[in-house]
Amino acid sequence: MDPVSHLGVFGYVLFWGLTALAAGVFGYRLYQLYRYLSLGRKEESYGQLFRRAVTAIGHLIAQQCQFKNLTRKDRAGIGHMLMAWGFLLFIVYYFFFIIIASGFGISDVMEHNPVYGIYTWIMDIVAPFIMLGALWGIIRRYIIRPPRLEGQRTFEAMVILVTVLIHPITHLGKIATQIAAGHPPAGLGILTPPISTAFSHIYTSSASLDLWHNVWFWSHWGFVLLVLIIIGYTRYLHMLAALLNDLFSTPPPRGIPHRINLEDEATFGVSSIDGFTRKQLLDLYACVEPGHCQEVCPAYATGKPLNPRSLIQDLKSNLLTNGPLMLEKKEPLLPLIAENGEGSVSEEVLWECTTCGACMEVCPVNVEHVHHIIDLRRNLVQLQARFPDELLNLFENMEQRSNPWGIAPSERAKWASDIDVKPFSADATEYLYYVGCAGAFDARSRRTTLAVTKILNAAGVSWGILGKDESCCGDSLRRLGNEYVFDRMAQENIRLFAERGVTKIITQCPHCYSTLKNDYKQYGAELEVYHHTEFIYELIQDGRLKLNPITDLGKLAFHDSCYLGRYNNIYEAPRQVLTAVTGHEPAEMDLHKERSFCCGAGGGRMWMEESLGKHINVARVEQALEKDPQTICVCCPYCMTMFEDGLKDKNITEQVQILDLAEITAQAIK
Amino acid sequence: MLVVACIKQVPDTTQVEIDPVTGTLKREGVPFIMNPFDVHALEESLRLKDRYGFRVAVVSMGPPNTEITLRKSLALGVDEAILLSDRAFGGADTLATSFVLAEAIKQLHQKNELAAVICGRQTIDGDTAQVGPGIATRLGFSQLTLVDRIEDVDVVSKKVRVRRKVGGWREIVEAPLPALIAVVREINRLRYPTVPRRLMAEKAPVSLWDNKEMKLDESMVGLRGSATQVRRIFSPERVKGEILGDGLNEPEDAANLLLGNLIEKDVLYFNSNR
Ligand SMILES: Cc1cc2nc3c(=O)[nH]c(=O)nc-3n(C[C@H](O)[C@H](O)[C@H](O)COP(=O)(O)OP(=O)(O)OC[C@H]3O[C@@H](n4cnc5c(N)ncnc54)[C@H](O)[C@@H]3O)c2cc1C
Ligand code: SF4
Ligand code: SF4
Repeated sequence: MDPVSHLGVFGYVLFWGLTALAAGVFGYRLYQLYRYLSLGRKEESYGQLFRRAVTAIGHLIAQQCQFKNLTRKDRAGIGHMLMAWGFLLFIVYYFFFIIIASGFGISDVMEHNPVYGIYTWIMDIVAPFIMLGALWGIIRRYIIRPPRLEGQRTFEAMVILVTVLIHPITHLGKIATQIAAGHPPAGLGILTPPISTAFSHIYTSSASLDLWHNVWFWSHWGFVLLVLIIIGYTRYLHMLAALLNDLFSTPPPRGIPHRINLEDEATFGVSSIDGFTRKQLLDLYACVEPGHCQEVCPAYATGKPLNPRSLIQDLKSNLLTNGPLMLEKKEPLLPLIAENGEGSVSEEVLWECTTCGACMEVCPVNVEHVHHIIDLRRNLVQLQARFPDELLNLFENMEQRSNPWGIAPSERAKWASDIDVKPFSADATEYLYYVGCAGAFDARSRRTTLAVTKILNAAGVSWGILGKDESCCGDSLRRLGNEYVFDRMAQENIRLFAERGVTKIITQCPHCYSTLKNDYKQYGAELEVYHHTEFIYELIQDGRLKLNPITDLGKLAFHDSCYLGRYNNIYEAPRQVLTAVTGHEPAEMDLHKERSFCCGAGGGRMWMEESLGKHINVARVEQALEKDPQTICVCCPYCMTMFEDGLKDKNITEQVQILDLAEITAQAIK
Repeated sequence: MLVVACIKQVPDTTQVEIDPVTGTLKREGVPFIMNPFDVHALEESLRLKDRYGFRVAVVSMGPPNTEITLRKSLALGVDEAILLSDRAFGGADTLATSFVLAEAIKQLHQKNELAAVICGRQTIDGDTAQVGPGIATRLGFSQLTLVDRIEDVDVVSKKVRVRRKVGGWREIVEAPLPALIAVVREINRLRYPTVPRRLMAEKAPVSLWDNKEMKLDESMVGLRGSATQVRRIFSPERVKGEILGDGLNEPEDAANLLLGNLIEKDVLYFNSNR
């Protein structure tokens, strides 16, 4: 007895008619969304598609998107896993046991084999778990109300959760009435038999049981088709988009801006939504707004107008509003960047980002916010020459004197005037010690520079410097969107490295490190680059440094800098060095490693005023102080400045000191 | 109407060293920049273009590599860049320099009516602040120096009103066009070039006017046309300053330290007439 064949020809017409209608609406919507997506710029082709696809599907099945945040004491993921796994099993069920079985009138064949028996049993367990998942979602969103879901208790979210909740009920009703009506499938589950007993008490005649089975079947299928339709119009869409977004996600290191093509003005910066790449537009579809990014963003946390979640959603609304018009070659309605809410994004929002990468780290669906932000900045800087006043000096200093302060390049080697330093030469020295602007010019960071030289000498490393000829790596310029000048500087540096035979580089600044290592790779530079943390760790492991454990630092807290940690995955080396040098593992702040909170200086923010909200560096110093340290260890000249300033702000420079890892190590050298 | 900005390419003097043996400037490897005062002359001429739709030309006398600086001005939006370069122009003092510049401006004026010539107040290498006034005198233009604001240009009655920054006060003066305006650095902030403009400027032509083109009397230009002759260049002995503090102190402490030292040395001049 199949509810479709039961109605005869009309049954098939109804079944296939409804199914085709829903599939048609769904398919058309997908086509529409694809067309909007295709407004974006094409990127270089993606290699290794098969391997990527396997990984993406693996991630989906393993629900990696949820596990990565569960560790953060965020329990929403449990509900999501239950719903997602249940849903995957249901999709298989629909295909075989509804579309094929009922649609082709072969439910007898399909339902009377042991596989179906096992499947019914599984679905009996899965269905209540999906309902639990949905209930958990409703409870969290509307009763517990965690702050990251602020502003998201929308009608849409409710529709989704309620449909997820109802859907398994209709399934259970369908199976239970089928059993009660005396047509049990091959195997019985654990939940439907007792429900079927209940049903047989309510509907006593077999005719009414048949009728009710039909009603449950059609309402179940109708409900499934309804959900299929709303997928394309709600955040349900992430089921597809997130999978694709994983498929096309940038392999690590992520967040490194793409090069522009000086022959093609369209790549100079994004001024309207179709200026993004297709992957960047796919990001917008994939975003499910759970707001993990909002929760970890240092700018948002300190009261800045930037909220990465809203940014992505605002870009998405821009695409959905302007997409149809742009396809018809009409003027877009909604400007991408404009002030006072007249466009999707305001300029001030864009300048607040420190490119710390925390948002990308936590995003369950691989949204790459930093790329959007930098592309929008590029538009402002490169196409409109609009940027905060204080950046004009920076840009000119960088271009004319290759350092942020505009100090004469001849001063670059002054830090070394009292010590014996070799100039780098390929025959006489192995490593280039690339000191960086802060290390060369900033009074505080020069102490770190000297500490590094002491360590290198103690370990007998063969190294030299470029002295006056060293130039800025260009990191800040690139993150601020001034790609043209960065491009010039990068090419000039790479030329100089090649000319001098530089292949191995030690840096003390994570920004120099990441730029030389990752960004310059885009120019074909094959450099072996080490940050001093890694290098010192290797020296210790190789027994090349004789250390006298130091004990007078008191409790020591360690701060992970974004461009070492999230960008380059260096978490262990500094911790191991500190353990070796002090005999203790450093104290961890609540936000550490992948979750570390930016000091506030990245992304060019070092050179800008911070006039809105609380200062990020003060917030971070407060987080450190919660651990009562006497010493805070950093590995970056920007972090150094930010922490020093933060301590001054708190007026506790007497009680707490900031030291670079190299300074601590140098103290321990015999 | 046309506005001409005079710009000079100068060695970045903060990076210049004096050869201790010969006593002359070590020019190798020293980067050249647009004279920092002329940056503002250029910007002001671009602002006049934005305000009144004038056409902007830049003129520079100097060696062929001055082209780099002229291209920079093209990237910022000037319409035409002219390089006055000829071996015969070399070694010019302010007299000869202002002569060549004035002649070039005269030729431009014949083609396109001139509203103003804008100069920087002075250069950072020659430092004389004489070239601007020299041009005005030779061409009989109104001479407006130390200008820190251009209030208004009236093209109908052919008048310009500017504010001058003199001594401890400002004065607003009006003068007939065409005028020579020498600007101070506070007058504006330079704009930043967009990338498409930079790329365009890389390919845009810089007109080269040599003396075959300008046909100036050789005895009036370059070394021969200069009244000044250089005997010797040397850097004056200077007592080296001392370094106070380590650059790491609190701003207040640093300020106190500095102030204390200045008071001790009795070099502060307190103005009672605030
Ligand atoms: C004693 C002496 C000897 C010198 N000997 C030599 C020499 O042997 N070789 C040599 O190359 N130089 C020499 N100079 C430098 C040269 O004379 C001056 O640089 C030149 O005359 C311009 O004067 P200035 O730099 O003082 O300009 P200022 O009068 O300070 O400049 C005012 C403004 O005039 C404009 N201006 C000035 N010069 C130019 C220019 N060339 N093109 C366009 N606009 C301009 C700019 O707008 C500038 O802001 C000498 C200078 C002196 C004082
Ligand atoms: S961008 Fe990612 S982390 Fe942010 S709200 Fe969207 S899905 Fe969540
Ligand atoms: S990179 Fe950091 S500062 Fe920028 S949006 Fe993401 S979390 Fe916020």
